Amino acid sequence: MQTVKMVVTGPFSAGKTEFIRSVSEIDVVSTERKISSSQEKAVKEATTVAMDFGRITVDDDLVLYLFGTPGQRRFDFMWEILSEGMLGFIVMVDSTRPETFREARSILETFRAYAPTPYVVAANKQDLQDAWEIDDMRHALRLDPKVKLLRCTATNRDSVKSILLELLYSILNEMENGEK
Amino acid sequence: MALRGNLRDFTITQLLNLINLACKTGTLVVEGPSETAKISFKEGRLAYAEIGNEDGSLAAVLHRAKKLTSGQYKSIRQGAAHISDKELGLLLINAGYLTQEDILTNLQQHFTDIVQRLFTWVEGFFHFENDILPPDDRITVRLDLENLIIEGSRQLREWEQLQDEIPSLDMALKFTDRPGTNLRNINLSVEEWRVVSYINPRNTMRQIANATKMNDLEIRRIVYGLLQAGLVEVTRQAGVVPPTPSVRVFQTDNKEEQKSLVNRLINRIRSL
Repeated sequence: MQTVKMVVTGPFSAGKTEFIRSVSEIDVVSTERKISSSQEKAVKEATTVAMDFGRITVDDDLVLYLFGTPGQRRFDFMWEILSEGMLGFIVMVDSTRPETFREARSILETFRAYAPTPYVVAANKQDLQDAWEIDDMRHALRLDPKVKLLRCTATNRDSVKSILLELLYSILNEMENGEK
Repeated sequence: MALRGNLRDFTITQLLNLINLACKTGTLVVEGPSETAKISFKEGRLAYAEIGNEDGSLAAVLHRAKKLTSGQYKSIRQGAAHISDKELGLLLINAGYLTQEDILTNLQQHFTDIVQRLFTWVEGFFHFENDILPPDDRITVRLDLENLIIEGSRQLREWEQLQDEIPSLDMALKFTDRPGTNLRNINLSVEEWRVVSYINPRNTMRQIANATKMNDLEIRRIVYGLLQAGLVEVTRQAGVVPPTPSVRVFQTDNKEEQKSLVNRLINRIRSL
């Protein structure tokens, strides 16, 4: 049995747990804890402290695991562990919270330093009225035009599928380019 | 209980606050990443500071502050090396070179600079020794800690923000490919020019900091400005093999099998 893994990362409350939950065939093994900080509590009630863990079985001898990282900086010691051996990674960004863009950019750089694997950036909560435009987000996140910045609604299975597919296309593309 | 611990758990600002509130007398010894600093206090006020092998003698401090010429500094070193700082201070005042205020102001500035350098230290151990006092031959000051604590808190916030922006100094920098940008038309400070002169994908930011003798905060400040201005971008150091994850991504080294595996994943996700 071969297992491969992808990592879903991003700032606090970007939608990582929801993203994995939307496509995982098992109930997401979550390590959420009630939030104690009043500032963070204003955003959501519970947060991931170690990792989220979802699974997609491909066939009898191949399984894809999805690992969601904790979003709060004080749990970032988990990031490097989770990034080991990843096929690629997805950076989730809450399109409605520009105050988290800088943090998202920093997380992206950190993961790029861990492993030179392909990645995509998912602009989550694009279904909400106050979501930033994709082009504006690209500027704010200082993303190179070659980096895939994709619209996403983490609660929508089709939207999540399209993000995973885009990442897999990037991985395939890089493999093919590496052979040339 | 002995006041000792790790800077990760207790920051310099918190330590100063504690020393201030407890009106402590003694010396705080901080063992940083590459050097050790000794900061002495008297009844909760800053009295004296020295760091690493840096020459903290009165003559050296006044020379760095341009209060003594290189010639004067050299002759003091040669002809009056045996006299204490207190004696040298009196000589300079009596000879009309400097006032007592000049001397104290420059020493205060020197000690403050040392303490401010500590604010960028996030790794290291500290211990407070009640019975270690400044060397007898050195001139001490009495400086309230409140301003230093406020400045330290401000620098800590800036430091945290800069760390978010530039998490690792082990990455390199390269100039952005923006046609029409001419560095000659941009007003850069001397320090910025010094950094710019080393920008090359072969040099990490840490190497640039070492070459320009800047600390982590100073190099991050300058790089942040250059990044914001769109003049440079962060890149992996050229010629360095990217780290290989310790856990293998694929169990097979066969490229065709790897591609087949990714295609199977694509088909599975499509069918969800």
